[in-house]
Amino acid sequence: MEDPTLQNTEDWTEDSKAQHLYVKAYRIMLTARLLEEKLSVLKRSGKIVGGLFLGRGQEALSVALGVYLRRGDIYAPLIRDQAGRLAFGEGILDVLRTYLGSSLGSMRGRDGNVHRGRPKEGYYAMISHLGVMVSAVSGALMARRLRGEHGVLGATCIGDGGTSTGSFHEGLNVAAVEKLPLVVVVANNQYAYSTPNSRQFACNHLIDRALGYGVAGYRVCGNDLGDCLKVLHQATSAARAGHGPQLVLADLLRLAGHADHDDARYVTDAQKASPLGRDCLLLAREKLLRENNSTEEELNEWYEEINREIESTTTRVLREPAPDPQEERWSSLATNYLHAEE
Amino acid sequence: MNSITYLEAIRAAQERALEEDSRVFIYGQDVGAFGGAFKATKNLAHQFPGRVIDAPISEDAMIGMAIGAAIEGMRPIIEMQFADFSLCAFNQIVNHAATLFYRTEVPCPLVVRLPCGGTPGSGPFHSQSLEAIYAHFPGLVVMTPATVEDVYTMLLEAIEIDDPVIFCEHKFLYYHLKAEALPTTALPVGKARITRPGRDATIVTYSAMLHEALVAAEELRKDGYEIEVVDLRSVKPLDTNTILASVARTGRILVVSEAFPWGGVAAEVIAHVSSEGFGLLDAPPQRLNSKDTPVPYHPLLWGTHRPTASTIISALHRLLKL
Repeated sequence: MEDPTLQNTEDWTEDSKAQHLYVKAYRIMLTARLLEEKLSVLKRSGKIVGGLFLGRGQEALSVALGVYLRRGDIYAPLIRDQAGRLAFGEGILDVLRTYLGSSLGSMRGRDGNVHRGRPKEGYYAMISHLGVMVSAVSGALMARRLRGEHGVLGATCIGDGGTSTGSFHEGLNVAAVEKLPLVVVVANNQYAYSTPNSRQFACNHLIDRALGYGVAGYRVCGNDLGDCLKVLHQATSAARAGHGPQLVLADLLRLAGHADHDDARYVTDAQKASPLGRDCLLLAREKLLRENNSTEEELNEWYEEINREIESTTTRVLREPAPDPQEERWSSLATNYLHAEE
Repeated sequence: MNSITYLEAIRAAQERALEEDSRVFIYGQDVGAFGGAFKATKNLAHQFPGRVIDAPISEDAMIGMAIGAAIEGMRPIIEMQFADFSLCAFNQIVNHAATLFYRTEVPCPLVVRLPCGGTPGSGPFHSQSLEAIYAHFPGLVVMTPATVEDVYTMLLEAIEIDDPVIFCEHKFLYYHLKAEALPTTALPVGKARITRPGRDATIVTYSAMLHEALVAAEELRKDGYEIEVVDLRSVKPLDTNTILASVARTGRILVVSEAFPWGGVAAEVIAHVSSEGFGLLDAPPQRLNSKDTPVPYHPLLWGTHRPTASTIISALHRLLKL
């Protein structure tokens, strides 16, 4: 197990590469935040049907995994991973198309909101049932190994609640048995919908489970971008180098309801006021202003740039066609000759 | 000379698939050096190193692994030790594998082999016939081969199919059902077979019940009745054309299934015949299922729980008098 005290942020003056990565990650976090704020507006105005799940407060952790993934890797994000998705290469066009139900999106109106992906490009589309993606990514990694491909990395994300599922347990156990190059990131945002940690598990800290599974475990401060980048660098490097599954446990606080319909009044004031409750995006911005050469003007210009792109893309997607029930194939099989069934 | 059993045909099909297609691998409990609980993978781990892989007792993860591998272009075969245990993987099968193509347009070609059906002494948890619950879900193909020839050709076709296939192989047929040789031709999946032609009534059935139905049909011949027996082969797709054409000839239908009665394949067949072939019927359509209890352990109870040639004969006599 890694030393959990390894939580000091890196010294930028010594490492311009780390600094560059931090800036890049911050910009992606900002994009994710602004995009989700736009989604909230679209939801309130009735343009989005169905659930809206925000990653507010989890962008630092999410992006820190995404920036270390490469083309050819396998990534199965969860509901609060907009930042990681963008870092992995998802465009805001696909996000808006899926949320707004455009027939031109990757899911073509057949699935919505966070249930999106492009599996052929290694970007898996989650289902709502928690834990299943751990074994799915593991299977992809086993397939790569059977074909003799090396250096590939698989990664998936889950929350504190998801670790209670049998599927999560079976998946992580089998990944460990097979010594697969897998990183599992657990965002312990203190609540599974409204259920607190105290009703979710009885161990002192979820990191304790790493020993039981026989995998490397890391604790990370989930709202500290520098810490997230450092720990995820260690975890992804170790997995890619053949050291088997790596379990990363982040402590943070969800700064939104479970979904847009949830006011999250169950979150205590003490938690909101604690270090866990600090907004990772603001912390990263402060650090950039304090320790980078960034200026208020520069960061504000990013804000404007990103918002302009979100606005123009939204305008474009709102003009796109909805799926046509008359043109829909209404078949769930890929095998053509089996379609004739009534 | 009877030389190939139903079980050996399953092994032979997997051997051929591993030989001919580098995308194929087998994953399941005890399938490796041990050769599987029923020996359906005997020697395959030795013949194909690294491609016949032991899994932990984690049915959910076994299917999850297969889904990921299938997305990556492989053709995984998952052996469930018993069909009953596939229910521990139900979520991965019906919510993940079955929805993948519809949602993403990425095919999910995997085969889940289910050793299914009752044998004496197997009891409630090693005997179930689960074809109906899997057929209920869009996105799955459900095969129920009844003969040595079909189990061989249909398993090969299942591996070729670009969709998740639930392959229901009947344990009762494993050892006692034999053929002279492996087939060289195949009827495609989705086509039912008229195993025995007749004119007085139609039995629609599949899997091990085919053989009970054939015994019953032969028995009724002594009374001068010609019973047509249709083997569905796959329950999804369901070959309604062959069923309706048979009913058009006979005017009477009895559907026989070893599965539980409520909402099953027999009910589905009768629903089709009633709504699409009502005018063809000379009598109300009948069905014969197992009883609506868990599958009992004791052979005397088990033998009464499931349909048999004897109860099929009784059902046919009732049907012919209606």
